[in-house]
Amino acid sequence: MKKAVLKLADGTEYQGYSFGYEKSVSGELVFYTAMVGYPESLSDPSYKGQILVPTYPMIGNYGIASEEEAIAGIHSNFESGRIQCSALVISDYSEQYSHWSQSQSLGDWLKEWQVPGIYGIDTRALTKKLRECGSMLGKIVFDDNDVPFYDPNKDNLVAEVSIKEVEYYGEGSYKVLMVDCGMKNNILRDLLKHDVSIKRVPWDYDFTEEEYDGLFISNGPGDPAMCIPTIEHIRKALEQDKPIMGICLGNQLLALAAGAKTYKLKYGHRGHNQTVKIPGTHRCFVTSQNHGFAIDDSTMPSDWETMFVNLNDGTNEGIRHKSKPFFSTQFHPEACSGPVDTEALFAEFFNNMVEYRKRG
Amino acid sequence: MEKIERILLLGSGALKIGQSGEFDYSGSQALKAMREEGKFTILINPNIATVQTSEGIADVIYYLPITPEFVEKVIQKEHPDAIMLAFGGQTALNCGVELYEKGILEKYGVKVLGTPVQAIINTEDRELFAGMMNSIGVKTARSEAVNSIEEALEVVKEIGYPVIVRAAYTLGGLGSGFCSNDDELRKLAASAFSYSPQILVEESLKGWKEIEYEVVRDRYDNCITVCNMENFDPLGIHTGESVVVAPSQTLTDHEYHKLRNIAIKIIRHVGIVGECNVQYALDPNSDDYRVIEVNARLSRSSALASKATGYPLAFVAAKLGLGYGLDEIPNAVTKVTSACFEPALDYVVCKIPRWDLGKFEGVSKLIGSSMKSVGEVMAIGRTFEEAIQKGMRMIGQGFHGFVANTIKVPDVDYELHNPTDKRLPAIELAFDMGYTVDRLHEITKIDKWFLYRLENIHKVKGQLAACGSVEGIGKELMQKAKGMGFSDYQIGKIVMPEADASSHDKADSVRAYRKSIGVLPVVKQIDTLAGEYPAQTNYLYITYNGTENDVCFEKDGKSVIVLGSGAYRIGSSVEFDWCGVAAIKKIQEMGYRAIMINYNPETVSTDYDTCDRLFFDELTLERVLDICDMEQPKGVIVSTGGQIPNNLALLLDRQGVNILGTSAQSIDRAEDRQKFSEMCDALGVDQPRWKELTRMEDIYDFVDEVGLPVLIRPSYVLSGAAMRVVTSRDELEEALGNAAEVSQEHPVVVTEFLQRTKEVEIDAVAQNGVIKCYAISEHIEYAGVHSGDATVVFPAQKLYYETIRQLKRISRQIAQELNISGPFNIQFLAKDNNLKVIECNLRASRSFPFVSKITKFNFIGMATEIMLGKEVEPYGKTFADIDYVGVKSSQFSFARLLKADPILGVDMSSTGEVACIGENYYEALLKSMISVGHRIPSKDKGILISSGPTYSKVDLLDASRMLQQNGYKLYATGGTAKFMAENGVEAEEVYWPDSGKQPNVLDYIHDQKIDLVINIPKNHSQSELDNGYKIRRSAVDFNVPLITNARLASAYIYAICKIGCDNLGIKNWAEYN
Repeated sequence: MKKAVLKLADGTEYQGYSFGYEKSVSGELVFYTAMVGYPESLSDPSYKGQILVPTYPMIGNYGIASEEEAIAGIHSNFESGRIQCSALVISDYSEQYSHWSQSQSLGDWLKEWQVPGIYGIDTRALTKKLRECGSMLGKIVFDDNDVPFYDPNKDNLVAEVSIKEVEYYGEGSYKVLMVDCGMKNNILRDLLKHDVSIKRVPWDYDFTEEEYDGLFISNGPGDPAMCIPTIEHIRKALEQDKPIMGICLGNQLLALAAGAKTYKLKYGHRGHNQTVKIPGTHRCFVTSQNHGFAIDDSTMPSDWETMFVNLNDGTNEGIRHKSKPFFSTQFHPEACSGPVDTEALFAEFFNNMVEYRKRG
Repeated sequence: MEKIERILLLGSGALKIGQSGEFDYSGSQALKAMREEGKFTILINPNIATVQTSEGIADVIYYLPITPEFVEKVIQKEHPDAIMLAFGGQTALNCGVELYEKGILEKYGVKVLGTPVQAIINTEDRELFAGMMNSIGVKTARSEAVNSIEEALEVVKEIGYPVIVRAAYTLGGLGSGFCSNDDELRKLAASAFSYSPQILVEESLKGWKEIEYEVVRDRYDNCITVCNMENFDPLGIHTGESVVVAPSQTLTDHEYHKLRNIAIKIIRHVGIVGECNVQYALDPNSDDYRVIEVNARLSRSSALASKATGYPLAFVAAKLGLGYGLDEIPNAVTKVTSACFEPALDYVVCKIPRWDLGKFEGVSKLIGSSMKSVGEVMAIGRTFEEAIQKGMRMIGQGFHGFVANTIKVPDVDYELHNPTDKRLPAIELAFDMGYTVDRLHEITKIDKWFLYRLENIHKVKGQLAACGSVEGIGKELMQKAKGMGFSDYQIGKIVMPEADASSHDKADSVRAYRKSIGVLPVVKQIDTLAGEYPAQTNYLYITYNGTENDVCFEKDGKSVIVLGSGAYRIGSSVEFDWCGVAAIKKIQEMGYRAIMINYNPETVSTDYDTCDRLFFDELTLERVLDICDMEQPKGVIVSTGGQIPNNLALLLDRQGVNILGTSAQSIDRAEDRQKFSEMCDALGVDQPRWKELTRMEDIYDFVDEVGLPVLIRPSYVLSGAAMRVVTSRDELEEALGNAAEVSQEHPVVVTEFLQRTKEVEIDAVAQNGVIKCYAISEHIEYAGVHSGDATVVFPAQKLYYETIRQLKRISRQIAQELNISGPFNIQFLAKDNNLKVIECNLRASRSFPFVSKITKFNFIGMATEIMLGKEVEPYGKTFADIDYVGVKSSQFSFARLLKADPILGVDMSSTGEVACIGENYYEALLKSMISVGHRIPSKDKGILISSGPTYSKVDLLDASRMLQQNGYKLYATGGTAKFMAENGVEAEEVYWPDSGKQPNVLDYIHDQKIDLVINIPKNHSQSELDNGYKIRRSAVDFNVPLITNARLASAYIYAICKIGCDNLGIKNWAEYN
């Protein structure tokens, strides 16, 4: 087994063994606590520029499904067309996988996309360090091919992962305009369960003059403040009354457009077990999350309200306009990976479009 | 919320197969939750050895049977506002449903907290349940009842092959089987219809994956799944018989969340408030699934899930029952986050069942659709390899892990096709023989992922074997092997197969080398959130897959390690958990930190808030030394966890670990048969004569000297031979099998066996060889029934003063000679004021909780003070000061063990026990017997007496007469009927099973004409064995209470006739003083 070293910005080093592509890389180290769903996470554009550290020790158990399968132009088994994160750091690798639906090993998939993966790391020790010190820059070094540290949050990652050309999906009667900031495929799949057609546009596309029934702002990587044109466009859309829904980065962009502020969390929320609560009630939902930035509730304009809060640390998990059909969530109702308890929010968005059209 | 102040909680009674110590854990947690809310709690549970029935857990405790009659009487007396049914297993649930259906709860205005009873009923009834699932679009296994072969063939057209055919209304699975085509179905159906007019044709899911989810719901409709688990063994093997891992390993995100979502849909539809468990079958070749079962209560799985995740399910369920929302309950581990979340694990746990089938005559060792295991272990690791190897050591059946075992499997291929408790070593042997993972999967249907992981262990074994010497292993391979859970012992055995050292010395040299190259274990916390938030508790395990400890060690000599009891098994059960917890409490009270090492998920001692630090890990020399290295404790307590810690005493002592209390050398002197005998001889203490012999001629000579019967204990390696009493030379030869098997390596211990002799016990605590407190109890049965199966009376009621005097004198002599400081127990035979010592254990015995609770003096508390060096005052009371009586009865699980002969002998076969208190002996006995499933026979039915040898007939004569005078109808087999007639007792003769004559005894049992069977085995002739066996087995199979001992039967009959059901006192523990 080829050895590799994981080096952290604070000087800590961990020795591991390679099971992916053998290339030195650097990025921002983040841990996530989900116990299943590595194919979905690795292909999630929100992880762009990051080195992923699953806290679950044994990874690769059920292999990787075929990249060929697609329904209506959407990959069936992945959240985007490629591996998005920079590298994967795990404790123990399942060299032999077992599942009826899978066609290759995780290691082979990583090699195919030239992404390094190392195992043999005390990921719990690493997680505790990230918890105490906050997300940290790190790099995986092969042989002596050292590379400089790289902070992805200083780059416009959204521009890197967003589509370049407009794409269309579905033939339903309600038109959704989807702003792709690094969209996960399951958002498309969930929306297409309703009577909609989707026009997916690049992150900086000016949609303000477009015809549509509802505006959707997707998830995506990095610092929301980088998406200046998107925020501008959304601000104009807020002047109208057409339904809007946002997810994750979309939540933050909607808030910024509305006039609120965002900030970087110490180590973010990444996992399948984050519970959110509707303020003033006992209603809670277990959600899938993946974000490093959050909305500062105290900066929210008076015509907006908090829709959900995180039950553990009280951070914002969604906002809603007090009179117009605009809402967004910090968590991922589309799951994939993760629990699907909040899938009904897509129906709410759809119903908002129906209501809006009825009112004419 | 209406005002609820007084809450009644039903416990689960005696431990039996399928319902074990997990309910002590869940009940204790529920009571803790109630107390935290300031509620007044009333507990009914006759299981006196539990933690929940100890002081300070419930406000009022009744040691009474969990039956509607007794519960109603307690309700009349205590006026509870509410009742909790979900924490006492199936026993409490069934009792609750009966109370509900009889209108008793409504009559007294007792509200059911948590899940409504109707919801429970809906999940318990197969048909109702299938209908409910169907109405919400959830799939269950398809099943149809048919009345003809043609109908069966029609049904299969819909269901598709393979199917299972079951004959309806038969016991023991007669006429059941799998069919994969029309021919097989015709054949099997024809056979099944010969047993029953109706058969069930069910879709077969054999070989599918079995997955479980633990789901929680509050009254605000918030739902979470606390844990999912995957069975290593495919469907077809009961989940209680399966190796189970958590979390699931082979499920994709899609499958995981699909099943999770269905579980939530079900819990909402059923309307559960609290916790339930959903079991699925998942197709290994598609994402098709079936729901197999829903348990609307805390279960064995939920106890396992609690331990596996650190999420206190029972505690939370109790709070939800009181009306809290999940969001209002804090996470008990982090204290800052909420209980409304789903734990994230950063380790894997592996549960392995523990069987004791060797203890039973006639029972099949195959594991399948019914549960036979008596306990379980949970192993934690950061790889599957690490967890399963730890687990295989933990079950204590001679495995050193997955590899390097000496266990023989005669036919590996047959074993793989017909799994027993040896299927894991069989897989390893198959690897040795060149079986591939594909072939093993083909045969066993175990998912390849698990097999690949086992193959990894096998491969590393090969790499180690190639090293040639310990030093040849090198750091990299050593690290890899330890990361896969290899023990030093295993490595030593593999690397030095030929070396002339003992296995322990080999292990020592591996350990020394390993430490010298810096391959050391680390300690990790179980924190429910995979490290995302800091944990405030010390729930720990040890792993080699890591580089950093999660905790710091004070090394200040202020910590005390208590070794737990390990897996429950026949002979070691919840009583040692009670002892361990009692020791912990006292250690803390004395200002020390208590550290527990144990791996049994069914216990209270492994609840992380019971002690200051919990190591959920192995009780092996290696692991205990690891922990001692890290902790540098004041010392280790080995005397409260039964035999496993006791066996470690000498080994630990040799490594320089401070054993608290009685010295390891003294423990050895009591454990070593030879040394103990020499000591008794020197003290002038009598023992039954015995010899360890290696030649048949010597055995015959010794038998001639002491006379028959004798007790023989063959070496374990003798095929299937167990300890038994033999009454003739023929039997002796039969028992020892081929005489050639008796040899130098396989000696046999032969002991003279004294008939019709009383058995008496002393439980005591001594300090520096001086007894400070003691309790003398007697057995109702004569010696010959294992002390763990006997009915025990405390204080002893029928002993001569002279016997007691002698007993105390001998106990004092032994305590002094062995310089005992701590708990001990001595068992005696007493006949005509002659006492012989048969056993002496320098540790707490299984009766310590019993005598502690009857005397209301905590024997373990005092023992712990002594072990920690505190000078104690003798306990002043004697048994003569106690104005009431306690009787301890044994619980048997023969109904679960198909074909096992429900007979008692010198080897223990009970799985649990209860004890009740009465104003007098008979009252206590009656309550106690009812608590283990006896019922006062109905006068509409009869009592069958088949009284065996002449002296038993005599023993039972007065009792029979009393029954007749009290209006009972008596049936008797030939000899008994004749004897009774000669002595003026009327009994209707029923004929032996093999007589072919009517009325036949089996028909009467079958037709429910008999409500109590008393069958005393006579001799070991084949026809007697067959006839007696058939009667005993039918009684068990048709749920008719059975007594096989004349002394017990006689005492029980006296109790029925003298006291009767209506005169039993409903008094709580505190009221006896």
